[in-house]
Amino acid sequence: MGCMRVCPTQAIRVRNRKAAILKDRCIDCGECVRVCSNHAIVPLTSSFSDLSRFKYTVALPSPVFYSQFGKDVRPGAILNALKKVGFDDAYDVACASESVSIAIQEYLDSNDAPRPLISPFCPAIVRLIQIRYPNLLENLIPIESPMEIAAREVKRLKMNELGLRDHEIGVIYLTPCPAKMISLKQPPRKKHSFLDGMIAISEIYPTLLQILSQPNGGDTEQEIRGLGLGWPIIGGQVLCLKAEDCLAIAGLTDVMRVLDDIENGKLKDVQYVECHSCPTACVGGSLTVENPYIARGRVLRMVQIYGSVPCQDRQKIRDLYEKKFFSLVGSIAPSPVQPLDDEISKAIQKMHQKHQIHEMLPKIDCGGCGAPTCLTFAEDVVKGQATVDDCVFLAMKAFETLSCNLMETVLKHSRKIRGNVEPSDHET
Amino acid sequence: MLKELGIDPAIVRRVAIATYEAEMNVVMYAEEATLTLEVTPRTIKILVNDRGPGIPDIDLAMQEGYSTATPEMREMGFGAGMGLPNIRRNSDDFRISSAVGEGTRLEITININ
Repeated sequence: MGCMRVCPTQAIRVRNRKAAILKDRCIDCGECVRVCSNHAIVPLTSSFSDLSRFKYTVALPSPVFYSQFGKDVRPGAILNALKKVGFDDAYDVACASESVSIAIQEYLDSNDAPRPLISPFCPAIVRLIQIRYPNLLENLIPIESPMEIAAREVKRLKMNELGLRDHEIGVIYLTPCPAKMISLKQPPRKKHSFLDGMIAISEIYPTLLQILSQPNGGDTEQEIRGLGLGWPIIGGQVLCLKAEDCLAIAGLTDVMRVLDDIENGKLKDVQYVECHSCPTACVGGSLTVENPYIARGRVLRMVQIYGSVPCQDRQKIRDLYEKKFFSLVGSIAPSPVQPLDDEISKAIQKMHQKHQIHEMLPKIDCGGCGAPTCLTFAEDVVKGQATVDDCVFLAMKAFETLSCNLMETVLKHSRKIRGNVEPSDHET
Repeated sequence: MLKELGIDPAIVRRVAIATYEAEMNVVMYAEEATLTLEVTPRTIKILVNDRGPGIPDIDLAMQEGYSTATPEMREMGFGAGMGLPNIRRNSDDFRISSAVGEGTRLEITININ
């Protein structure tokens, strides 16, 4: 039941001892995955056996990955270690994060788009906006995410270098959360991702730890640098911008508070809002291993040591931006929660019924019925997905009334029958 | 609540804007008021009935930019003079009547297509 309570959009119901996720409410945030002690909710990720269909594979670790190992483990060493796990090559994504930051700055400087603009890189936030704040879809900045930019670039490089075709190269992202996986299957604004699969950081971690503990035989290490290394923490994107008026928020409660404000026309002086569904941003994703606060410390340290030297030529990136290299065309469709009924007059009736039912309920949100709150339970009843008897309190009340009535009936008949038989001359 | 009924988000937004502006006027000027929401399969009606100073010249009040906000109100960011015009712009039918010294009544209608 922990999953049901922790879900920020009340998307889980527990029926017949099994948890079910209501697809029209789920935003793929992964809080249920994090909280389930039985590991009953599992994110769908690729497995190593899926890789065998490619002639050449490249690992694309999220920059979160660099923070998961000891404080003296350099990003370059991690990339080398990945080449020993089963990938043919490993490519840095932090550099792509830096390019994307430059692109965001160009967009902010040149555009009259509505303010504030919102980061589109946390897929759970995009889903939240699609479901609950469809009016803010136009505030999502239409720029490709670093993992997509990196995937497209590495595919191009490898196709040229090795003479292979697109489908023969497998580009696999190492992800800190399940939400990213969903955005691979259903990328907003386009049909296909440039990535071919995703593996959870927690899944690959043990093997990598083992390899890193072995002597590396003096392999040359790529030098990883740039402010893109800071992306995994709260404020990581804003760090890269000229931002005087930018906000960085994490955790769905606070994000929803800010989105409510934006919808009400406040925060118009803010240029860019960086939003994260996870309370500690990406280092706190449900598929990471390290304590998010320790990981955050490592990210800050890497930014301090390697962040001051850019890894991209700013002018080159601006030219690419002008050529629409980072632009996403197309709009994101809203996906509102299923209304009470498709016909408004019926929906109005059902709303009345819902409030009537809610009046009868104890309103303590105990969860015994399998719904997280009494209000959502009333809605389930009205939608035909539950019956009022599912409420433990109502059932007990009904049982009480039934037993009182039964008692009354039994006593009445018992007296009558005894009246017919007594005095007991038949006693022996 | 309107979203639950399956009403188009664009219409929900118009209702929100009109209601917000009406509410602001009540808070800024009136002593007390009732706001009623009526939802039928065809229309959404917002009725605002307040007890307050009333509006002496309604045509003037409806002009964009005309405002009777106090310096205090302007300091808080209100009083741009767009409240009533915004309500009219976001509604399909807008009726306003007032009596000085008594109060103001608004009847805002938005059609559901």
